Amino acid sequence: MSALAVHDAAPAAGTTPGTARRPPLRRRIALVPTLTLLLGAVYTLLPVAWVVIASTKSGHELFSTFTFLPGTGFADNIRDLDAYRGGVYWTWMGNSALYAGLGALLSTAVSAFSGYALATYRFRGRETMFNVLLAGVLMPPVILAIPQYLLLAKADLTDSYLSVLLPQILSPYGVYLARIYASAAVPADVVEAGRMDGASEWRIFTRIALPMMIPGMVTVFLFQFVAVWNNFLLPYIMLSDDEKFPLTLGLYTLLEQGANTPALYTLVITGAFLAVLPLIALFLVIQRFWSLDLLSGAVKS
Amino acid sequence: MPHTKRRRLVTTAVAVSLGATALAACGSGDDSKAESGPVSLTYWTWTPGMDKVVDLWNKGPGKKEQITVTVKKQASGDTLVTKILTAHKAKKAPDLVQAEYQALPTLVSNDALADVSEDVDDVKDKFAEGVWQQTTLGTEAVYAVPQDIGPMMFYYREDLFKQYGLKVPTTWEQFAETARQLKKKAPDKDLTTFSANDSGLFAGLAQQAGAKWWSTSGDKWKVGIDDAATRKVAEFWGGLVEEGAIDNQPMYTPSWNKALNTGKQIAWVSAVWAPGTLTTAAPDTKGKWAMAPLPQWSADKDVTGSWGGSSTAVTTDSAHKEAAAKFAVWLNTDHDALNALAKEGGIYPASTSAQLSGAFSNPPAYFSNQPDFYTKAAGIAKTTAPASWGPNVNVAYTSFKDAFGAAAKNKSDFTAALRKMQDDTVADMKKQGFGVSR
Repeated sequence: MSALAVHDAAPAAGTTPGTARRPPLRRRIALVPTLTLLLGAVYTLLPVAWVVIASTKSGHELFSTFTFLPGTGFADNIRDLDAYRGGVYWTWMGNSALYAGLGALLSTAVSAFSGYALATYRFRGRETMFNVLLAGVLMPPVILAIPQYLLLAKADLTDSYLSVLLPQILSPYGVYLARIYASAAVPADVVEAGRMDGASEWRIFTRIALPMMIPGMVTVFLFQFVAVWNNFLLPYIMLSDDEKFPLTLGLYTLLEQGANTPALYTLVITGAFLAVLPLIALFLVIQRFWSLDLLSGAVKS
Repeated sequence: MPHTKRRRLVTTAVAVSLGATALAACGSGDDSKAESGPVSLTYWTWTPGMDKVVDLWNKGPGKKEQITVTVKKQASGDTLVTKILTAHKAKKAPDLVQAEYQALPTLVSNDALADVSEDVDDVKDKFAEGVWQQTTLGTEAVYAVPQDIGPMMFYYREDLFKQYGLKVPTTWEQFAETARQLKKKAPDKDLTTFSANDSGLFAGLAQQAGAKWWSTSGDKWKVGIDDAATRKVAEFWGGLVEEGAIDNQPMYTPSWNKALNTGKQIAWVSAVWAPGTLTTAAPDTKGKWAMAPLPQWSADKDVTGSWGGSSTAVTTDSAHKEAAAKFAVWLNTDHDALNALAKEGGIYPASTSAQLSGAFSNPPAYFSNQPDFYTKAAGIAKTTAPASWGPNVNVAYTSFKDAFGAAAKNKSDFTAALRKMQDDTVADMKKQGFGVSR
């Protein structure tokens, strides 16, 4: 923050040669990172632009017109998607929202509890537990999908909403982040002061620690939301009823319809485009909490 | 006891005639007794519109028999086989599954499919022998009822062939000559491409040449991917790619669609379902294509391979195997059912009587210029060579994509790629515990 302020103020003042020489130097250095970032932005935004533009093309235009020339079929595509098997797309969208929304919320709650506990309490086996969790971070969730399926099959829970929700609730990465964040954002003396004043542990957690942890928990929520929203293999293994499919799976069935039926490219592309929108909206809304994150850090130091 | 016997048989030699009698003796009959009361079945399928076809059953014959079927739509492909096997491991596979022919040995060797020979034997005559044989795996058991088939054919741009003075090739030698002629007359165009992404296409071409990729002798498997017939096919296509007579880009990509739509590629070796693909891939060229039989390896032969096609199978996890088999038979032999399947799902039926009736009395809209399209197709379907699949087709297919993908890209030796495919397949079978003889 302060660096920026100096940088802005210096040219305006322009009195002492010492300060006048520094800003141009900074600017020259900034050129390389700016270019790099721009390149990165192009690299990541180009596919998004492709999806946006391709979703406006009719099936006829999709492969025959110039790639980045917008088409004329957007309204028709949406209508076709809406009509496909009685609007099953919206069911998938709702399912995705349920899996990702509820799943991320529960997962964030579990992460907050355990992260806070690991950060503030000292108990035997704490480090072991944490190390096991760290090992869990290294384990890609993909390889757990089949064992999880076999476990849930024993409990007769496969092909249900729970079968997709349950395995995603415990996120080792979320717990790890929550612990790191809690130990940095919740000072031990604040917790101690609460105890002195006779607050119960539960009250200390909900009234004092949790508000301080909010920015970190928002990050955990967002990570988990995106992870569940984009998850493919777990629901693929667990679900067989396409009324319970999330978007990822639903769009996949549109692509793989067997050798004798062409893939429904326009529907898949339009569907993928619409599926990105909620994520973008979520990021825009949650940005607020991230600036709060910077602020709270500044206050503490 | 019957169970262990079957298990042992199945793991040692699936696709074999040996011990087939014992297999049939302890088949499905014992665990599904004559049922009474309403039965409800689940069915995993990827065919579009299958729910509408199943509705016909649920409202008609199914109502009478008190058998209700629920469709659970799936994505097709090798991943579905994995999903079925995972579900089977937990004893939770659905009653009925749709399975491609080449997946049947894999499913059977994992004991996932039930022998329904007792319930389906009387419909055997409705299918071509080569098709039925794929569902029996050469034993006396029957593991599925054929649904659709994909006899291979040659598609070409009629107008452009005329423009460049090309003749429709009837042998592969002429095919190569046609490719070269085109290159001379229009260097920026290609007759077609060799796609290393489509294992099924290569398998079909090898099948036409007389290859037997999997066979059994005694209680051992023999893998013949690297046999003379397949080597001939690999050398032929490898040679064309190497000299640049045809393209080496994969199919089913946007740029391939574009090449077909703009006439950069003017022919396609495909199967009976091609009209559907062309409709979306090359919408601008509607009515300009024509279909002909696949070129032959020698002028006196008349044989084709198959690319695609699937069957309806009953799983061992089903509690109502007899009812499930009843539905599978209805779905794939009943006149109304097949008509609906053709209309809703766009399939080409395996049942020979359906190939010329109902939906198939007129040509597909894309081929309205060829009124006898389906008459011709039915004739070609009869010439389909027998197929021989093994228990790890998926491994062979993956190896094909890797090895031939690299070979096509570098325009290098296809026979080396074929050897790699053979070695990978044998190594995997040994790892899985199958006896393999060289």
